[in-house]
Parts: sequence; structure tokens; C-alpha cells
Amino acid sequence: MIFRLLSVFSISFILLLGGCGKGGDSSSIRVGLIAELSGELPAVGASSKNAALMAVEDVNKDGGVEMSGKRIPIKLIIEDNASKADQSAAAAQKLITQEDVVAFVGPNASLGAIPASEIAEGAHVLMITPWSTNPKTSLDARSGQAKKYVFRACFTDPFEGRVLARFALEHLKVKTAAALYDVSSEAPKSQSELFKKIFEEQGGKIVSFETYTTGDKDFSAQLTKILAQKPDLIFLPAYYNDVPLVVQQAQRLGLKVPFLGSDAWSSPDLIKLSGGAVEGNYFCNHYAVDDASPKAVKFIEAYKAKYGKAPDDVAALTYDAFGLLFQALKDSGKIERQSVRDAMARITGYDGVTGSMRFENGSGDPVKSAVILQIKDGRFVWVMNAKP
Amino acid sequence: MPNPSYFFQQSLNALQLGSIYALIALGYTLVYGVLRMINFAHGDLFMVGGFFCFAAATYLGLSFVPTLLLVMALAALLGVLLERVAYRPLRNAPRVSAVITALGCGIFLEHLVLARYPYPQSVPELVHNVTWHVAGLSFSSLQLLIVGLSVGLMLLLDFVVRRTMVGLAMRAISWDMRVVPLLGVPVDRIITFTFALGGALGGAAGVMYSLAYPVVDPFMGVLVGWKAFIAAVLGGIGNIRGAMLGGFLLGGVEIFVAAYYPSTYRDFVAFALLLGLLILRPYGLLGRPPTQKV
Repeated sequence: MIFRLLSVFSISFILLLGGCGKGGDSSSIRVGLIAELSGELPAVGASSKNAALMAVEDVNKDGGVEMSGKRIPIKLIIEDNASKADQSAAAAQKLITQEDVVAFVGPNASLGAIPASEIAEGAHVLMITPWSTNPKTSLDARSGQAKKYVFRACFTDPFEGRVLARFALEHLKVKTAAALYDVSSEAPKSQSELFKKIFEEQGGKIVSFETYTTGDKDFSAQLTKILAQKPDLIFLPAYYNDVPLVVQQAQRLGLKVPFLGSDAWSSPDLIKLSGGAVEGNYFCNHYAVDDASPKAVKFIEAYKAKYGKAPDDVAALTYDAFGLLFQALKDSGKIERQSVRDAMARITGYDGVTGSMRFENGSGDPVKSAVILQIKDGRFVWVMNAKP
Repeated sequence: MPNPSYFFQQSLNALQLGSIYALIALGYTLVYGVLRMINFAHGDLFMVGGFFCFAAATYLGLSFVPTLLLVMALAALLGVLLERVAYRPLRNAPRVSAVITALGCGIFLEHLVLARYPYPQSVPELVHNVTWHVAGLSFSSLQLLIVGLSVGLMLLLDFVVRRTMVGLAMRAISWDMRVVPLLGVPVDRIITFTFALGGALGGAAGVMYSLAYPVVDPFMGVLVGWKAFIAAVLGGIGNIRGAMLGGFLLGGVEIFVAAYYPSTYRDFVAFALLLGLLILRPYGLLGRPPTQKV
């Protein structure tokens, strides 16, 4: 009995040692990625992973990141968070303690980015989220201060809410609007509240403010209610897999007003899933494929050649997040967590494929432009840029 | 807001949602009625039905009626397979083992589909949908089809169970599984038939659902399955008419709570009402307390 117990202990000990033995050498720089590979948002995770692999391949092609005169290759460790909050925290924990990464990128959706940011902040490890727009990701809820170890490559919800509210009032010239959003999902909830606040401050009127929960497929009750209030526009900050159902059901009920969506719409799957029903509607996005800088064009072409489709915004932002990370690694000059974070905090400007970003006053949130896109002939077409 | 056409429009919405819940609830109640076992894999069987529908329409290019028949046949086969492989060996095991096995089968099905289709898929339009607007009401041919077909299937099932020899045998097994074989009833065959029937209903529900909500994903059976199970319990699990009543009641409560209260309260108010109902009628609306068998 004692012998058996002993052998179980020694085996687990050896396994543990094996697990720990990965880090520590300086022949490569270990960086992590947390992506939504399974669960509710698999298209988001897949784009993020594709872009991450491409970013790492691009830098390793030249031998890696230049650090104090010599080039060190990047070793990427990818973790799946299943689009869940608890698994995001666990993935961050694993990357930090077991995989011994110097910094990590992701998660993309705010639902996972917020818990992961708490882990990163607590462990003093740099985290850059490509796509999480929720203010809470980079803001410490208790102290009200900006988190020191969390940065992002995208704009934030308050900015997006302002852009969308202004676009609705000034460009679409609507006077009343309704909102329909997933109350159990972090980003749509905060975007709707901000849209409402700003839309009403600027003189508009919200006539109906309706919710549903993740997994719902029937929106007929809410849409019938919205129809009765006759709004000029429906704000729908939903993920790309909910949007087609809402839009189709609205058409069946005879709703003829335009929908205005958030950056969560921007997956090519949106058009594939909705079979033409989303045609003519607008949404806000991080970048537009048809209004791209030379650097972005190069990225888009390379991505198309490698994966056979145009990169969506998650892909572009993940590429930029890695660009920022490589810049920080290079500036830091050594593979050490605190020094890489400090180098990241010293970056004030960066020209990425999603446009130029500025980091001001020690904040991890970049100041950058948004674009408004319209769905026309089954494509995302650029409408206008919105400057900060 | 409370004008009559608003109320009738919401009633139509409730009818559509309710008929789908009722159709799935029947699958739970049928198996429970015969075997006293909760087939938790039924929600996922329904999901597989949705994917069969997607596959038949996308790859085979079938129209509505052949799709429906093919999906019902395949889902029936899957139901029988589940029973043969997973439940029959456990028929005399503690009931908890069977329930756990059913849960496991459900998770297995989800991940089997997930491995092949990690992304949500769009189901092509099988029925040309026409929407009519009459007196401030909108209703579509799709809605009529879904409600009509569901009610038709329910009546057919009710007929099978109450008026045929197979139905008689099913009810006999439900009464006492040990005595019935002595009277010459082929228990295994009847149970196989029950699962085929349950599977076919799940498949039909999968087709209707993918017509009404044409985006299918591997986890769509989880939430809907739970709700349908609740509908079955509410109506009195094991009772076929109860399952129908429970399905329509749940659909109605969900739609009308969202229609007249802030929609954020929907699930909270809807399920509080249903809980209250169960306190008043612990065996469900049409359920009867089990009688002591001597």
C-alpha cells in the first residue's frame, strides 16, 4: 500500500517536473495566445489563431525579434478558452505558471478578456487583447485606475457607442431608435447602454429597449414589441451568429427599418449565414478592407494567399497586437516580464494594419479611428471614417 | 400598447414557439412514459435532426417533404441505435446510471457534430415563405406550416398510443414491465419502437426548428432541450397530452412575459410562474401521482 502511494506520488512529481521544464531557456521567446477556438464564437478564435500564426511566421522568417543585437525566434503557445469566462482565467493562469510565457495576446471577446486581465494584472504579466472593447478590461473596477499590465489594439465601447449614435443621428438622420441586445453578454450590454445614453444626449429618442439571452433563437416577442413603437432604426449590437435570425424574423414580421450593428457583426460568416437578409444595413468596424493603407494591403494579400479568405477585423487586430508585442520585446531588449511591460508602456504610437494608434497618459487603450461599413451586394463596403 | 392586434400577433408568435417546444417535449414524455427514464440525449437528438436537415437540403438538394421524411427516418434510426447501444445494457441498472448515460450520449452527439461543423451553419430555404399582412397582423406560410405540421404529428402520436395495438403494448409496459412479457408482449421490440417514434419526433422538430430559425449549431439542442423537458414535466411527464399542453404553455408564458414586461425579466418571471404552478400541481397539469403497486 505504501509502495503504491509512493509510486503514484513519484509519478505525479515527475510529470509535474516535465511540465515545468519547458521554460527558462533563452533560445526562443515564449509568448501565448488565448483564443475562442471552441464554444460560441469559433470564427473569432479561428481568425485570431490564423493571424497569430502569420504574425509569428513573419517575424521568425527573419530569425525572430531583434534583441540587443541578435535575433531570437518566437515560440507561440495557443490556448483555447471555449469562449468562457472561467476557462479564460484558467488559460491565462496556465500560460503564466506552466508555459512560462513572457507575455500573451487575447482573449478577444470581453467576456473572457476581463477575467484574464485580472489574472495578468495580478501576476504582473503583459496582456494585449486584440478585440475586447469593454472598458472593464483595462480598468480596475475596485480602484477605478487603469490596469498596469493590460493593453489593447482596438478602440473601446464608449468610443464605439458615440460613433454609432452620431452616425445614426447625423448621417442616417433618424430621430427615434430601438435597441435589442443580449443581456447576458458583456459587450452588447455595455454598448447598448452607452448608445442609449449618447443617442438621447444628442437629441434622439430611444422608444424601445429590449433584451434576450445567449442561446435564444426566437426574437418574435421582442421584435413585435419594437414594431409597435415604430422606431426609425434598430440598434443591434449582436454577434454574427444571432444577427441573421433577428433580421430574418424582423422581415417576416414586416419591420422595414434599417439595423445598425457593432463591430461584433464583422465576420464574413454574417453574410453567409443570413442569405441576403442583412443587405443594406450598417455597422461599425475596426478597419475596412477596401480603404486600406499600403501596410494593410500587404497584410490582406498575404492572409488571402495563406488562408483563402479576406481577414476580418479580429485577424487584423490580432496581427496588430502581435506587432505591438514584438515592438515591446525589441525595445525591452531582454526576455523579462516586467521589462517587456515597461517597454510596452513606453510605446506612444504604432502604425498597424488597422490604422495608426496613439497611447496617451499611460493608458492601455489606444486612440484610433473607427469605420462605418454597409453590407452591399453581399460585401462589406466602406461608408465613412470616424475620427476620435 | 395594449391593442388587440398586438395581442393577436404575440399569440401567433407564442403558437409557433409553443408548437416546437411541444414537439420536443413529446420525445421526453414518450420515453419516460414507457421506461420511466429521462432521455436527456433527446435535446441533442433534436440538434442532430437539425443538422440532418441542413445536410439533406445542402448536399442532396432535397425539397421539403423528402427532407422531412429522410430526417425523421434517420433520427428514428439514431434513437434506436442509442437505445440498443447505450440504454438497453443498463435497463436493470439503477436509474441514475441510465440518466448519466443519457447525458453522456448527449454530450457525445454534440461533440461528434462539433468535430465536423465547428461553425454555425445556415440552412437553405426549403419552403418558399410568403408573409401576409392582414388587419395589422403578419403571419407567414412558414408559421402555418410549422404549427399545422406539429399539431398533426401530435394528433397522430396520440392516436398511435391510444388506439393501436402497439400503443396498447406501450401503455402495458409502462404499467408493469415484469408482468407484460408473460402475456406475450415483445418488450424489446416495443421499446425499440418507442425510441424510433421519439427519434422521429425529435427529427421532425429539428426540421421545423431549422425552417423557423435557419442557423444550426452543435449546442442548439441544450437550451431548447431543457425548456422542452420543463414543458414535459409541467404537463405531467409521461402524459402525451400533458406534454403538448406544457409546450404551448411554456411558449405562451415566454412570449407574453416578454410582450408585456421588460424583456430582461422574461426568464425570471416565466420560470417563477412555472415553479408556482408545480407547487400547486406537483405532478404536472395532467399528471397523476403514481399509485402504489401491490
